[in-house]
Amino acid sequence: MTEPPVLDVRGLSTDYTLRRGGKTVRIQAVKDVSFTLAKREVLGIVGESGCGKTSVGRSIVRLTKPHRGEVLFAGNDIFTADSGDLKKLRLKIRMVFQDPFASLNPRRSIGDSIAETGDIHGLFENKADRQRQILQALTNVGLDSSFAAHFPHELSGGQRQRVGIARAILPAPDIVIADEPVSALDVSVQAQVLNLLADLQETMGLSMIFISHDLGVVGQISDRVAVMYMGRIVETAATRDITDRPIHPYTRTLMAARPKPDPTIRIAAGIEIGEPPSQFDRPLGCPYAKRCALATSQCQSNDPSLRIVAPGRMVACHNV
Amino acid sequence: MLRVRDLSISIGTPTESLDIVSSVSFEIERGEILGLVGESGCGKSMTSLAVMGLLDKGGPWVRTGRVELSGFDVINSQPYQRVEAGHGGIAMIFQEPMSSLNPVMKVGDQIEEAIAVHQKTSSARQTLKARELLEMVRIPDAAMQLGAYPHQLSGGMRQRVMIAIALACQPQVLIADEPTTALDVTVQAQILSLLRELCDTLGLSILFITHDLGVVAQLVDRVAVMYAGRVVETATVERVFAYPAHPYTEALMSCLPDPGHWKQRLTTIPGQAAKPGQVRNGCAFAPRCRYAVATCVDQAPPCATLFDNHRVLCHFPRGVTA
Amino acid sequence: MISVISSFLIPFMRRPIAAVGLGILVCMIAAAILAPILAPYDPSKIEPIVRLLPPNAAHWFGTDQFGRDILSRVIYGARLALLIGIGVVSFALITGVPAGVLSALYPRFGSIMMRLIDVLMSFPALLLALGLIVILGRGVTNAILAIGVVYLTTTSRITYGLTLRLRTETYVEAASSMGAGAVWTIRKHVLPNLISPLLVQASFVFAFAQLSAASLDFLGLGAPPEIPSWGNMLADGRIFITRAPWLLFFPGFAIAMTALSLNLVGDALRDLLDPRFREMLNGNRR
Repeated sequence: MTEPPVLDVRGLSTDYTLRRGGKTVRIQAVKDVSFTLAKREVLGIVGESGCGKTSVGRSIVRLTKPHRGEVLFAGNDIFTADSGDLKKLRLKIRMVFQDPFASLNPRRSIGDSIAETGDIHGLFENKADRQRQILQALTNVGLDSSFAAHFPHELSGGQRQRVGIARAILPAPDIVIADEPVSALDVSVQAQVLNLLADLQETMGLSMIFISHDLGVVGQISDRVAVMYMGRIVETAATRDITDRPIHPYTRTLMAARPKPDPTIRIAAGIEIGEPPSQFDRPLGCPYAKRCALATSQCQSNDPSLRIVAPGRMVACHNV
Repeated sequence: MLRVRDLSISIGTPTESLDIVSSVSFEIERGEILGLVGESGCGKSMTSLAVMGLLDKGGPWVRTGRVELSGFDVINSQPYQRVEAGHGGIAMIFQEPMSSLNPVMKVGDQIEEAIAVHQKTSSARQTLKARELLEMVRIPDAAMQLGAYPHQLSGGMRQRVMIAIALACQPQVLIADEPTTALDVTVQAQILSLLRELCDTLGLSILFITHDLGVVAQLVDRVAVMYAGRVVETATVERVFAYPAHPYTEALMSCLPDPGHWKQRLTTIPGQAAKPGQVRNGCAFAPRCRYAVATCVDQAPPCATLFDNHRVLCHFPRGVTA
Repeated sequence: MISVISSFLIPFMRRPIAAVGLGILVCMIAAAILAPILAPYDPSKIEPIVRLLPPNAAHWFGTDQFGRDILSRVIYGARLALLIGIGVVSFALITGVPAGVLSALYPRFGSIMMRLIDVLMSFPALLLALGLIVILGRGVTNAILAIGVVYLTTTSRITYGLTLRLRTETYVEAASSMGAGAVWTIRKHVLPNLISPLLVQASFVFAFAQLSAASLDFLGLGAPPEIPSWGNMLADGRIFITRAPWLLFFPGFAIAMTALSLNLVGDALRDLLDPRFREMLNGNRR
């Protein structure tokens, strides 16, 4: 057996309570999510809005606390870490945020934003060291050192996202969680940033969790993919397997719905594949049953759990 | 049919102005979908606002150019004149349906409001027509949904309501400005499918603005690619994908992430998108073009017409031997 | 630094209303600071021979019932006005800002604090100040405290709302994910963003403090009679309204002008600091 996984997520569940018209509803944003992340691996988490992928990412960086479940990093649950370990966690598990316009404080210079972690945790020996590390981070993301003195509004979206990445990698982390890092960018800029992430992952030996709604982007950069629907993981497999031979009905719908840049495949009139049900309306059995062509009565009443169907492939479905 | 000829939009003062959209020309025939493609800042939204006549006073204005709807001059006339002349007019839908819909008005009332502006019929007939429109855009339980508020509907449903409102005036042309960008992939597929259906059954012409080449390939009949305020290439969708003639189009195609290219580096376009007016002489794309030579930097490129009405704004269109 | 100030002042001065407001304010501050030099007479000197003279060459603003020169009293009154203004604004900021920030960051504390603030706000401003004066006693310091309490309510409310919003900004979350604690977040992310709105608020509070202080003085509950204050002058001159209206006109005018100028400055500041406006000044974002 190879080395132990760098991140081990077990049974992660997060609920939210909302009040709608006098009734209090408990929404399971994330239900029983488990997966592992190996060293130097890129895991893609893909799903549509409301599937819980962002909640999973936020739980791992401890921005939200789940109701149940553990996240083991280096063998220890990150939610029971003492203050010394917590500091280490903050430096080792980092996040790149989606919106390049909102993730940087508009009143702070680029250099200050990049160095923020270092300032908080006292990582720098002196001012010269701090400056050196800022410039190193800028170089690593392909930005000129003069950017350190600028402010976010002077940079383009792609440049801002690079700054966000520089900020994340400054303390040489083990894990980077990228939450839709290229969704807000133009196509040509997306390509630049994706290349950058792939390069950094290789040179720095990072383990990465790449969260996105775009299967094309996820498929480009990930080694393995986990597909989420309504808070649950419905399928995990190596990237090639997911894209060439998807098993779960939802994964297949997702692959089919994705617009491919091939004009010989035209959209047909009258497609009806339904929408994710409202958060308030969660069905009892399999969450996909309402839209699924293969649904049986068992699917309506019984929520399938992930099971291994082939080496390295897991699916949550009664019918495959 | 919509004909746009040499449309230029400027900002600044009449004495000192800068073109943010330059000499844009395209046409859309009846029942055809034209995709206006480009990245942010290229001027595609501005162009569509100009065609609709929605440019604010005091903001960017149309410096020159003609926009004709079935021969009727759109820019120099008022919307009511168009309606009186018997032309259906132009309707528009936007990216964020939640901001385009009034949150405190029922959906049915908003559709009826659109109907009332264009036709004088009884209230009962308006409600009936509203319901028919909701059915046309495939909203289940249409009669009941008339009484729903926008926040009670999902993103996809709201976009369908927007389309219904747009159809209420029986337009000839529908301008759709990134209508599916904010939607999930499965919902997007259904909205695109709906647009295709409406195009086929109603003979609607659609100007579809997007930056997503995948959507373009699936839905659109012809493509106009914009860069830095100019249309750099116009062709049928098959030709644009198979034989992109402009270096920018070609570069854009090769940037696309694809599970088929798993773990391969993506080609990128070096540098940053030019802002309109940033490049004064020569071709706006020259600084980033891998094929650029001295001519490209010095002289503005001509508009060349290749086989099958394929137009390119380039000194050396790709795939054409000198 | 210079560029920041000049990028500020120039658009400021371009709007005539702001320039007028600023001008009046500068005059008032100059009067306060340079009072001994500017005032032609000793404001407290009693000279019954020249009592109740209308404005003339020797006494530009006339004299009151004790023969005191009104112009000098108005100039010296600016000192008290300035003192009150600065005192009230400082008190409101020093108490209101921490109350608001901490209420937003610690919801449990916040719900109690904000209910207390609600209770305070349910009283009309002047009544609240009066009530506090009754408890504390008369005097300038107590007047400052009483009026300060009134305006700490609005200050804390504004701060509370802004901090709540800031708490959900992505860059604040990013800082949290990197290990920022409450102190760091407040220092680096919350306070810098509060400066502009609080600056605008401060100018309005300054203006309202003038009016409240003048009311208190008028009722005899603020500054003692020996200190020249515009409010006291109004109180003293009340009975002469038909015989010698200039006793009331000039101090009243001074109060109104001060409050007006501060409102104008505050309006202009608010327009200037509006994020969209600033965006236009800073150029394109995207």
